[in-house]
Amino acid sequence: MLNQTPTAKSTLKALLYLAPLLVLTAVFILWPLLNAFLISLYTKYNYYTGHVGALGWANFGYLWHDPTFHLAARNTLLLVLVAVPVSVALALAIALGINQIPRLADFFQTVYFLPFVTSTVAIGLVWNWIFRLDGGLLNRLLSLLHIPAIDWLNDPHYSLGALIIVCIWQGLGFNIILFLAGLNHIDHRFARAAELDGASDWQRFTNVTWPLLMPITILVIVNTSITNFKVFDQVYALFHGAAGPGDADLTLMVYLYQKFYVENQMAVAAACGVVLFLCVSVLTLITVGYFHHRQRQLGGR
Amino acid sequence: MAHPIRTTLWYLLLTAGAILILLPFGWMIITSLQPAATTLTVTTTWLPKSLRWLNYWHVWQAAPFARYCLNSVLVTVATTSGELFTSLLAAFAFTHLRFYGQRWLFALMVALMLVPGELLLIPNFITLAHLRWINTYAALIVPWLASPFMLVALHQAFKAQPQTLYLAARLDGASDWQYLWHVLVPINRPIITAVALLQVIGSWNAFMWPLIVTNTDALRTLPVGLMTFTSDQGTNYPLLMAASVCVILPLFILYLACQKYLILGVTASRLKG
Repeated sequence: MLNQTPTAKSTLKALLYLAPLLVLTAVFILWPLLNAFLISLYTKYNYYTGHVGALGWANFGYLWHDPTFHLAARNTLLLVLVAVPVSVALALAIALGINQIPRLADFFQTVYFLPFVTSTVAIGLVWNWIFRLDGGLLNRLLSLLHIPAIDWLNDPHYSLGALIIVCIWQGLGFNIILFLAGLNHIDHRFARAAELDGASDWQRFTNVTWPLLMPITILVIVNTSITNFKVFDQVYALFHGAAGPGDADLTLMVYLYQKFYVENQMAVAAACGVVLFLCVSVLTLITVGYFHHRQRQLGGR
Repeated sequence: MAHPIRTTLWYLLLTAGAILILLPFGWMIITSLQPAATTLTVTTTWLPKSLRWLNYWHVWQAAPFARYCLNSVLVTVATTSGELFTSLLAAFAFTHLRFYGQRWLFALMVALMLVPGELLLIPNFITLAHLRWINTYAALIVPWLASPFMLVALHQAFKAQPQTLYLAARLDGASDWQYLWHVLVPINRPIITAVALLQVIGSWNAFMWPLIVTNTDALRTLPVGLMTFTSDQGTNYPLLMAASVCVILPLFILYLACQKYLILGVTASRLKG
């Protein structure tokens, strides 16, 4: 029974236990994974009859020349480049704070994690109401500071900013929990030793806590980037189904949705999905690779 | 050791952040209790003279929210319990049974964990269209019943129990089936609760998939129903906010009741990955 080598009989028995998961995985994960790449190569595809004329790279060519796709890619990239550093830095600061205070740590943890369990669509509607020009909360707060009202939802200069605020707000709690877990894993003796050696708070953070927290930081950065690359619900709720003024909040996922569901251009949408997948994969590999490199440098010193 | 000034600064920072996190929720609740017509003409006030609880009744009347709610509960319960069932069985097989291709299959499952669900959206939609499942409960539930993530998380937990426990149970005459349900599942209740909670949150809040595979009120879940309600109501914010409260509140209560398990789930699953 223990550490046996497999036999035909034991394999058969295991299959009985594995069958439900394996069948469902094959039909709804493995096959569609292959199919996703295949569909992106469909050209001259008739959506209604299901007839495929030929296979080729035409859909990727379409994306390459489509200004709307360029806009979606630009917006998504901008969103990721702004939201990820801000979100990670804020989460780290808040986690450090929660880790330092003697009381109420559980209370703050509970509060900061609330957005994670909140329906994105429902809170997106609330943000729509907060950002409104007439009667919205944000402009009222700004007017207290004598800042003129901003039409967050209709001014293309600000609407992507509005989306970024929503994304940061919602993603913060998850990152804080991960950082807190990472901080709890750090051996307190390292910090104590540094303290006894006369290191200042800042020196202790940069030389002890931060390097030890590096693996968690990689995880948080990759995770936040992937989440923000795939933003859809927030846009849909914030602009009531549209993509912002002049498509200013058109993200890659919204583009995919519009091509697939609104314009019936399934193969183009699938190609967009493949591009999104490749972006996320490359980003993950680069980030992980870079930090592994850095860590080796730090270790070598 | 603790510097009073530094500690005070941390408290100030954390409190400011907490206010920013809570502000949208507060704004939502206070707006949901304002008289419907006044919102855009008269300013919403933080301390209204009278609270309009009637808005919640109006929401319930204006759209089939009872139906949306029922659908959400049904889909969430069915998806979570079904996924637990398939993952528990498979995790047991990977932990205690020996079969050909075991390592290879597990490596495949770990790899599949990284596949973003968004990539599968279109091909799965086509599969369902072929099965004529669009606009059925099956479309909302069945594609989500296999979760490599849940399998791997449960397998990690099961592996931590000593093999001798399994041997002892088998020597006492327990079958594999009995061992799984009467020993393994009770022992691992915290992690099982944790992964189940993550799935409940995911199912309850899922938006894009239900949006695509349903187009009648009879099948819409709460988030999709909420957006339908929005396109009907336009800018009647008190009603919209009341409806949002109805979508958000159930998970808030669940979260406050099971917070410990949820944080366990988030950290346990992500740290090992």
